[in-house]
Amino acid sequence: MAEDRKYRWVGTRPIRHDGVDKVTGRANYGADFALPGMLWGKILRSPHAHARILRIDTSRAEAMEGVKAVATAADLPEQRPGGATDLSNNILARDKVLYHGHAVAAVAAITAEIAAQALDEIEIEYEALAPVLSLDAALADDAPILDTARRARGMDDTGPTNIAARVDFSRGEPDQAFASCDVVLERSYETQTVHQGYIEPHACVADTKADGLVEIWCSTQGTFTVRSLTADVLGLDKSRVKVTPSEIGGGFGGKTTVYLEPVAALLSRQSGRPVKMVMSRDEVFRATGPAAASRIELKVGATQQGQLVAATARLWMEAGAFPGSPVQAAAMTILAPYKLDHLFIEGFDVVVTKPKVAAYRAPGAPQAAFAMESLLDELAQQLKIDPIDLRLANAVAAGDQLPYGPRYKTIGMKETLEAARDHPHYSAPLGENQGRGIALGFWFNNGLNSSAEVYLTEDGTAVVVTGNPDIGGSRASMAILCAEELGIDVMKVRPIVADTETAGYTDVTGGSRVTFATGWAVVNACRVIIEDLRRRAAQIWECDLEQVAFDDGRCLPVEGSGLSHDPLSVAEIARKMGSTGGPINGQAQLSARGAGPGFATHLCDVEVDPETGHVDVIRYTAIQDAGRAIHPAYVEGQMQGGAVQGIGWALNEEYLFDDEGRMENASFLDYRMPVASDLPMIDTVIVEVPNPIHPYGVRGVGETPIVPPLAAVANAVKHASGVRMQSLPISPPRLLAALQEQAAE
Amino acid sequence: MQRSFERPQTLEQAIGLLEKHGDAARPLAGGTDLLVQMRAGLLRPAVLVDLKGIEELMSLELGADEVVIGAAHSTASLRENADLVALFPGLLEAAELIGSEQIQGRASLGGNLCNGSPAADTGPALAVVQAVCEIAGPNGRRTLPVAEFLTGPGATALGVGEILVSLRISRPPARAADAYLRFIPRTEMDIAVVGAGAWVRLEADGSCAEARLSLGAVGPTVLPVALDALVGGPIDDAALATAGEAASAAARPIDDKRGTIAYRRQVSGVLARRALRIAADRAAQRS
Repeated sequence: MAEDRKYRWVGTRPIRHDGVDKVTGRANYGADFALPGMLWGKILRSPHAHARILRIDTSRAEAMEGVKAVATAADLPEQRPGGATDLSNNILARDKVLYHGHAVAAVAAITAEIAAQALDEIEIEYEALAPVLSLDAALADDAPILDTARRARGMDDTGPTNIAARVDFSRGEPDQAFASCDVVLERSYETQTVHQGYIEPHACVADTKADGLVEIWCSTQGTFTVRSLTADVLGLDKSRVKVTPSEIGGGFGGKTTVYLEPVAALLSRQSGRPVKMVMSRDEVFRATGPAAASRIELKVGATQQGQLVAATARLWMEAGAFPGSPVQAAAMTILAPYKLDHLFIEGFDVVVTKPKVAAYRAPGAPQAAFAMESLLDELAQQLKIDPIDLRLANAVAAGDQLPYGPRYKTIGMKETLEAARDHPHYSAPLGENQGRGIALGFWFNNGLNSSAEVYLTEDGTAVVVTGNPDIGGSRASMAILCAEELGIDVMKVRPIVADTETAGYTDVTGGSRVTFATGWAVVNACRVIIEDLRRRAAQIWECDLEQVAFDDGRCLPVEGSGLSHDPLSVAEIARKMGSTGGPINGQAQLSARGAGPGFATHLCDVEVDPETGHVDVIRYTAIQDAGRAIHPAYVEGQMQGGAVQGIGWALNEEYLFDDEGRMENASFLDYRMPVASDLPMIDTVIVEVPNPIHPYGVRGVGETPIVPPLAAVANAVKHASGVRMQSLPISPPRLLAALQEQAAE
Repeated sequence: MQRSFERPQTLEQAIGLLEKHGDAARPLAGGTDLLVQMRAGLLRPAVLVDLKGIEELMSLELGADEVVIGAAHSTASLRENADLVALFPGLLEAAELIGSEQIQGRASLGGNLCNGSPAADTGPALAVVQAVCEIAGPNGRRTLPVAEFLTGPGATALGVGEILVSLRISRPPARAADAYLRFIPRTEMDIAVVGAGAWVRLEADGSCAEARLSLGAVGPTVLPVALDALVGGPIDDAALATAGEAASAAARPIDDKRGTIAYRRQVSGVLARRALRIAADRAAQRS
């Protein structure tokens, strides 16, 4: 249970423990690592979006001076059914290439330049096939099929299809219920392929020893994920692979899988030398996992008073070259925030000849919320109800059932809406060509598996060891939780992110889970230490364990125990560790349940240039339930970062492909993410509705803030210009065309 | 491939190196385009000839009649010269748009011109102030107006061994001023979808004596737009609307990842009106 007590460290804003290294440029990122005798690896990528590989001849490259290894899919083990077939084929294409930039072969050489030249010497004969570059193209009756052996999961045998899977959720009788509604809106929404845009490209060094042991240093969100996937692709026991994380320059979900690591390990095995691989920005765009393009058909019925009655949603999402779009998550979230007695949701996972999608911050939810929150805005306008009031009137609360089954426990949805309604931003005046949008976001948050070790030093300071790469300030949060539990100064706690052979098994840094789950493991490990400290105090005082309490960093006699000893601090007991039973360590592990969903309400003001279609975001406020903010500055940072990424998604970001399936804008110049000067300060309001299951009330915070902005921006554009944009991005040419269409009507 | 890096101290040495190595050599100023193209594998010059050791290319002179800007003089340094900013606010607006703060420590007007991009911000801005390119080469020196210097996408009038040394611009007469606007979806770190340079000279009574307009990113090179219709009348909404229509009509854009034909044509007119308005307001303040 969340404890209601006064905290000394929780809720404060100490400087981050890794901060000095980072601001002085000393922190080591993925591309910074090097080993003696190291080779440089490069990947040869497909010039076709869709083609059969007829022949690969690597002999000329192998004969080049300075080239030490050349690898193709033929050097990887065949995967057993149900194994890592798709992953293996994505890392090095086997029979077909399925997107422009798909890896086909790899070279390791003594310099990067020789490796690049050797790629030119590899001869590949392709039989080019028609690319499949959109949902419509993939679903057409005569569509080229990416994998003719694949059948859609969750559907009766359809024969060869580009639909990889179908999911559905239902409740009540929506079709009948629509008939009783006063208003029914039916709309279609589209979003394009976008990238997470992390600043640091993928990079690794792999060293395969003579005995086959593999050591990897890389930038990743999940060292244990890299260990597991690399072992799967190479057919190794997981204990034969060790992964050490570097600092990470952003991931946002995109660094939860592998692209280079198994290839580098393979080249290292072939050459007997360590191999370093670093992607270019071009490669990151073309060949890592973006977020899915989507189409959503949504129908919602309501009473004249604004009571939602029924809804149906059909969702299609592009998975890229291999199955696995986040359509299921999108289907689970789209109607989750609202009470609806009648609903039907159906989602389709569709393969296309584009890079395989990867996770991107609340995967699937931004696309889904864009549809639902846009439609609700239109409904509110039509019913002449304030858009926040409409949402409040239909908001879920504890006890309400989610579309996929479970019931909500304590949540903060209404609290974020009320905070938005009461915020000065909501009633601030607007000028000409300006408009305000609001939108809500829901995300599950996740728990998963975490381990933690806490080692007390002999002077009573502490080292906290966990296995989650620190992507959002989690070291500081781990240190705060340890300091709060043990009652020691937060800067005397040293939080460490350890390799896979030092930390106990820990799932990926993702799902907004680290402060919630790994933090909980840290708390439990500290409590093991506290038990041990009490036992030692009892030993020193020669009394019973029950007579010793622990409070604010000291063991002291329980009130009424009749004992009158002076309290013993953590440091005093630590100094006596040798005479009281030896080293003082705490260890804990858990599979954390009850992450507690996150809700956010965003307010966005825009100004539209009616002559150019340019949208300027002039004010933005992000309001979110954090459960309890352990380090508020990093909670605010997550809220701001998510909002900015969502604004980019709404306004200008999209993959542009030519007719042959080549990405035309694979650079930060032409893949237009927002830059600092494009944005106002993103204001934040942290709402705290503690998660009842967590010892400190923590909810995940990292993903929810990217869910509302797409619709918040689109709704603001509608109110500024009169045009409702149902297809993203709202780039100037698209908006100007829509404005002109409106003027002509 | 063996690469060599040369840093001549005189124009003669530089011209000699470029003449000797021909296509295998590339002159290097700030490198903000060249190095990017080399990293992308688009160019693999065997010899780089760094021009930043040559004084004349790095100089800046504000003379009594004209301003001479060394072709490799950094835009960051230009922006710090308050007199220059006061003389040619439009040109400096264009210079300020080239790259980020860090890039501007290296980028130069000459480099931006020599890169020959149809979307270059300096092209229209230099054209409307009638800047003249001073060129040195194996056969001596010659001058060319900026509009003739730019000959097509990625192409200039420079011959083998020739170097753009400086840009010469006459000081503006009374009641005259320039302005530059470009449209990008973001606020910086982007390439013009449309660029518009404007220059206006007013009569003492405020009517238009002379007006010039040049567009970037909507044709193979900088596109001049004739504004004869404005001369003699007030620069009011009607006159600006006429100019906007002339700009849209003159634009010859292509469809690409940065904008569509229809969009660029339309925005050409919008920017033309807005840039002329700014230039006219500035000119009025100079009376």
